[in-house]
Amino acid sequence: MKYKIVIAIVAIVVIVAGVVGYVYLASSSPPTTITLIGSGATFPYPLLSVMISHYHEQNTTVQITYDSKGSGGGISDLESKLVDFAASDAPLGATDMAKAPGTLHIPETIGAVTIAYNLPGIPTGLHLTGKVIADIFAGNVTMWNDSEIQNLNSNVTLPAKSIITVHRSDGSGTTFIFTGYLSVSSPAWNETIGQGKTVGWPMGLGAAGNTGVAQDVNNTQYTIGYVELAYTLQNGMTVAAVQNPTGNWILPSLNTIQLAVQTAASSGLPAGNQSWTNVSLLNANDPQAYPIVSFTYLLVYQELSVIPGMTQTRATALVQFLWWVVQPNGGQQYSSSLEYVPLPANVVQIDEASIQSITFNGQHLPTS
Amino acid sequence: MSPRLSGDNLFKILAALLAASAAVILIATGYELFVGSSPVLQRFGLYFFTGTKWNPVETRVNPEIYGALPYLLGTLVTSAIALLIGVPLSLGIAIFLVEMAPRTLRVPVSYLVDLLAAVPSVIYGLWGYFVLRFFILDYIEIPLSRYLGWLPVFSGTPQGLDVLNGGIILAIMIIPTVSSVSREVIQAVPISIREGAYSIGATKWEVIRNWVLSYGRSGIFGAVILGLGRAVGETMAVTMVIGNAIGPSAIPTSLFKPSQTMASLIANNFLEATPGTLELSAYIGVGLFLLLLSLSINVIAQVMVTRILKVKGGAVE
Repeated sequence: MKYKIVIAIVAIVVIVAGVVGYVYLASSSPPTTITLIGSGATFPYPLLSVMISHYHEQNTTVQITYDSKGSGGGISDLESKLVDFAASDAPLGATDMAKAPGTLHIPETIGAVTIAYNLPGIPTGLHLTGKVIADIFAGNVTMWNDSEIQNLNSNVTLPAKSIITVHRSDGSGTTFIFTGYLSVSSPAWNETIGQGKTVGWPMGLGAAGNTGVAQDVNNTQYTIGYVELAYTLQNGMTVAAVQNPTGNWILPSLNTIQLAVQTAASSGLPAGNQSWTNVSLLNANDPQAYPIVSFTYLLVYQELSVIPGMTQTRATALVQFLWWVVQPNGGQQYSSSLEYVPLPANVVQIDEASIQSITFNGQHLPTS
Repeated sequence: MSPRLSGDNLFKILAALLAASAAVILIATGYELFVGSSPVLQRFGLYFFTGTKWNPVETRVNPEIYGALPYLLGTLVTSAIALLIGVPLSLGIAIFLVEMAPRTLRVPVSYLVDLLAAVPSVIYGLWGYFVLRFFILDYIEIPLSRYLGWLPVFSGTPQGLDVLNGGIILAIMIIPTVSSVSREVIQAVPISIREGAYSIGATKWEVIRNWVLSYGRSGIFGAVILGLGRAVGETMAVTMVIGNAIGPSAIPTSLFKPSQTMASLIANNFLEATPGTLELSAYIGVGLFLLLLSLSINVIAQVMVTRILKVKGGAVE
């Protein structure tokens, strides 16, 4: 009997506390009227989530949720019209373009792949070329003191140890960019392994996520792996200086990467509603540009009325959010502090034109 | 009278529906996996089960191709290591608790062993990645590789994220399952059998070996199979420590080589696979393969455990 009374009191306290808490929270935050949903790539997620929370602070009536389920899942959601926007590290191929006709590609930030290694006593700046990196990951160069590596680094004493390569075990946009670079740099790689989010690695250790690769390289001597710039900087990793097309050895940094995008973009980018599969920021032809660089995209329908449940108000909110994301004094201002590379001005211009072309029932929407 | 009867009937129907839902879920899962994997099964047929290449990218030299054999082998080899290490440990625990431990020790120790089952698998994974990895690297792998590296099973560059680490983690994870079921089985051996054995002069060791274990043989086998089922399906912890190699390089020919299990292959790649591609279908196919393997293991376990329960029932009456 006593038990029952105690349980009843506890239950009442819990229920009352819950109701009071709910009422308190509901009354303290103003009602949100517009909800926008996005899903897709994990790489831009840290940046997107910061952008979204800052945007919500400034526009309290707009609530945006982003599910970082992976590029593939985002594209699938976009094709099924379950989301208002998607994010992908790779542009849509012909098959996906056919399933989601009228999709705009809006580059929202930049990915750069660094070559990180763990060689006791050897600091950042080991010289590597694309061809040598491909030979290492293909298993053709297996020792650190192989003449192919030694010839590029005459001042460095390389150990006579086996190279342990670390690659991503999960399908990933980072792998897509990296294997794209290897395919461009080495005909043998292009013919046998190729470019993809997952490829048939002939050897090596697989680790999940950029964090996983970074940890494996940091924790294991004589390893080499490929990691997104943000994770390299955050983990204080030693990275290779990669030879660019002008013959210079370039370390990855926000500057050398932004320079690469600026140079590549100045030779022309497609309009937002065209195919972006041929866009390449690799091997940009500037003496100081880092060679392994790529866009990551927001994907959105040019005519928003194709999405069930879309209204004029929601469409306007979406356009205004996208506009803010690409502005240097909008979303882009949060890039550098999170070790992401801000978009150069010429890319912002192309993005602005794409966002201005978005319509709802044929009508253009105000961007601010 | 009649409203009460219809209430009973209603309850009967409701209960039957709830019971049927378990079967429906299993059949629906199997059906979905079969439909999802049919493109890859039609394209590659038997190669999907016996082939070793895993190449999602079509190049001039290498076509797109999927063979799941390395991951089946990765699953079976890590599970075998788990049984090899985990079963003797679990049996030792069970025998100690039932036959030797004083009453004051029995309850807390069994409680602790059961508690191992409550540790989330990601915790085992983290421990395997940050702690066990360096322990086995320094004290097992580097010495073995130095002196016995010429043996194929110890070949390769030791780095700690490999088949051996995966097997050891799994061994720890199956201990609660195997030991608690074998404890029940050993407890179910009738006292009269033990008393009979002692009365003809058998020592404790002889009683346990010749009577208790032999009487509970099929039940212990059932416990082992349940442990195997757990090992085969475990995903998170193994993914974190097995090294996740792909294609022919994932064939576990050496304890010190990175490999990959079926479950970890799916967990690693499913999210980023592009919808509608053969690659996605291949992951679903691996899921079907894994479901069939787990089902057959569980059916064997059920049969074994049912047999011991019958023996137990007979002995009590």
